[in-house]
Amino acid sequence: MPALIEVQKITKAFRLSAKQKRIEHTQQTLRVAVDGLSFAVESGEIFGLLGPNGAGKTTTLRILSTLIKPDSGDALVDGKSIIREPEAVRARIGFLTSELKLEEFFTPDYLFDFFASLHRLDPGTASRRKAALFERFGIDEFSGTKVANLSSGMKQKASLAISIAHDPNIVIFDEPTNGLDVITAKTVTDYLEELCAAGKTVILSTHIFSLVEKLCHRVGIIIDGRLVASGGVAEVSDGLSLEDRFFELYVKHSAEAPR
Amino acid sequence: MRRRNGLSTVVRKELRRFFTDRRMVFTTVFLPAVMIFVIYSLIGSVMANINSVSPDYQAKAYVVGLPAELAPLAQAAGLRLQPVDAGQIDAIKAQIADKTSDLLVVFPDGFSAEVAAGLAAAGQPAAGQAADGLGTPQVEVYFNSTRTESTQQYGLMTGLLDSYKNSLAPLFTVNSAAGGGYDLASQEDTSGMVLSALVPLLVLIFLFTGTIGVTPESIAGEKERGTIATILVTPLARWQLALGKVVSLSCITLLSGLSSFVGVMLSLPRILGSASGSLNVAAYSLGDFALLLGVILSTVLVLVGLVALLSALARTVREASTYATPLMLVIMLIGVLGMFSQGASGSPAVYLIPVFNSIQSMIGIFSFTVSPLLVIQTIGVNIVVAGLCVLALTRMFGSERIIFSH
Repeated sequence: MPALIEVQKITKAFRLSAKQKRIEHTQQTLRVAVDGLSFAVESGEIFGLLGPNGAGKTTTLRILSTLIKPDSGDALVDGKSIIREPEAVRARIGFLTSELKLEEFFTPDYLFDFFASLHRLDPGTASRRKAALFERFGIDEFSGTKVANLSSGMKQKASLAISIAHDPNIVIFDEPTNGLDVITAKTVTDYLEELCAAGKTVILSTHIFSLVEKLCHRVGIIIDGRLVASGGVAEVSDGLSLEDRFFELYVKHSAEAPR
Repeated sequence: MRRRNGLSTVVRKELRRFFTDRRMVFTTVFLPAVMIFVIYSLIGSVMANINSVSPDYQAKAYVVGLPAELAPLAQAAGLRLQPVDAGQIDAIKAQIADKTSDLLVVFPDGFSAEVAAGLAAAGQPAAGQAADGLGTPQVEVYFNSTRTESTQQYGLMTGLLDSYKNSLAPLFTVNSAAGGGYDLASQEDTSGMVLSALVPLLVLIFLFTGTIGVTPESIAGEKERGTIATILVTPLARWQLALGKVVSLSCITLLSGLSSFVGVMLSLPRILGSASGSLNVAAYSLGDFALLLGVILSTVLVLVGLVALLSALARTVREASTYATPLMLVIMLIGVLGMFSQGASGSPAVYLIPVFNSIQSMIGIFSFTVSPLLVIQTIGVNIVVAGLCVLALTRMFGSERIIFSH
C-alpha cells in the first residue's frame, strides 16, 4: 500500500525558560522533544504511537497537524508538505486531542456549522454531516445546549464530531480517551474501528497497550524523541506482550540516553 | 446559501459571541452610557451645589462703623449688615471661624473724613502715604473661605468697596459699558476651545476602556481555554484569524466607545453648567465629522491591535490586563498632554506618532484649525500600524510558544 503520511527526519527542540531550568536542575537551554524522527503510515491503516510522558508523541502530532513547525525535516501528508502547504494539510486531516477545547459559550450545533464553514463545506453537505455525526454520537438531543452545560463525555463526543466535520481521510488522535468514563471511551474506540472500516487512515497516540493491540495495524515506540521500534504489532512485541516489550525497550534506551 | 470565506466566518463568530451574551452587551454597550450619564450628572449637581447659596438664606453679616453714604449701596447690593460695637469684633471673628457667622466688616473711626481728606490732597500725598499706604484708612473684611455663604458675602462686600472707591476717584474704568460685549470670541471658537480640551481625551479613554473590556477575553481567554488551537487546526489562514479578531473587536470597541460618548454628550451640559450654553456642535461641517470618524476608526484599530498583541503574549486574561496597564498609562498621558496643549500641532512629524496623532487631529477638528492633509496622514499612519499589529499577531498565532503557553 502507498504511504499516505511520510515523516522525514523531523527534529524539534524547545527553549527552556529560567523557571524550567531551575525546576529541572539543568543548565541546558534547549530540550530536544523530537530527534530526527521518521516513519510512514500507509493508507487505510491505524498507526499507534506509544511512549512515556514527555517522549515527544504530542509534539510529533502537533507538527503533523501544522500547529507547530519542526526545526528541521519535513512530513508529507497526502502528498502535501507540512512546511510549504500547511493549509492544504489541515484541510486533509482531522485532529482530536483532549487539549483542544470547544468554546463553552456556544452550542455544538453552532460550533459544528462554524468549523464546517472554516473547512469550506457548503451548507447542504455540512447539514447532512452534522445530522449523521450527531445521531451517531447521540449528541442531537443536546445540540442546542451550550457546551458549558454538557457533561465531559458529551463534550468529548461533540469535539470528536466537530473534528471530523469535513470527513477527512486522515484522522490524528492524541490520547482521545484521556479522562473519559468507560462508556464514552468505548464510543470513541468503536468509532476508530468504524473509521478504519471506512478506509480512513488513523494515527493514534495512547498509553493504553490493549487499545493498540486491539486496533492498530502497526505501531511505533518513541522514547526521548526517537523512534526505537516500529512495525507490525506482533513484530514489535517480539514474542512478548506489547506492554512487556515496551518496558524492555524503555529500560534499555533510558540507560543509554545521555544525561 | 453560499459558502463563506474564513475571514467573515471568524468575524461573524466573534460578533455572535458578543451579541448573544446579554450580560456582555449590557456591561459593554449600555452600562457605560448610563453610568457616565449618572455619575457626571451627579458630579455636575454636586459642583453646582458647592458654589451656590440658597436664595432664602439669611446671611449673618456684621459691620462696625458703617459710613452713612455706604448704607444704601450695601442694601442695593443685597448685603444685610447688622451694626455692632467694636467690642464685639473678637466674638464675631470667632463665630466666623466656627462657621456660625458669615461676615464682619470693620471701618476705622473717621473713615469718611479721612477719605475726604485723601481726596482733597489727591495728587499731593504726604511723604510716605502713597508709597506704603500708611495713613490710608483701612477697611477690614473678615470671612471664612471654606464656607460658600461667607465667600459669597465677602465677594459682594469687596465688590461694593471697589465700586465705591472707583466712584470717588474715577481715573479710568475697565469694561464698564452696560451692554458688555468685550469678548470678541465667536460662539464657534468658544465651542471649539471647550470641546477640543475635553473630547479628545474622553474619546481616547472610552475607546481604550472598550478595547480592554473585550480584547483580552477574546485572545488571551481563547488561549487560556484551549479553544484557539482548535481553530488553528482548520485550513483557516493565520492572517485571517488575526484580521478577523482585530476587525470584529474593533466593531465592538466602537460600540462601547459610542455608548460612552453618548453618555458624555448627554451629561456635558450638567457638568459645564452655564458654560454649556456656548457649546454649538452644529458649527462643525459634515467634512469635520467625516474626518473625526476616520480618526476614531483608525485609532480603534491601533488600540485593538496593540492590546491584541499583549493579549497574545499573555497566558491568561488577568495577565493580559496586567500587561495592558502600562499601555493604558501611556495612552492617558498622551490624552492629558493633548488636553493642555495650545491647539493642534502643525508639524507633520507629530502626526507620525500613533495615538498622539489621533489626539492632535481631534484637537484640530474641534478647534477649527484642522489640516485635512494631516488628518489623512494620521488615518494612514494608524492603518499602517494596525496592519503591522495584524502581521505580528499572524506570526504569533504560528508560534507554539505563544499558542501553547497557557
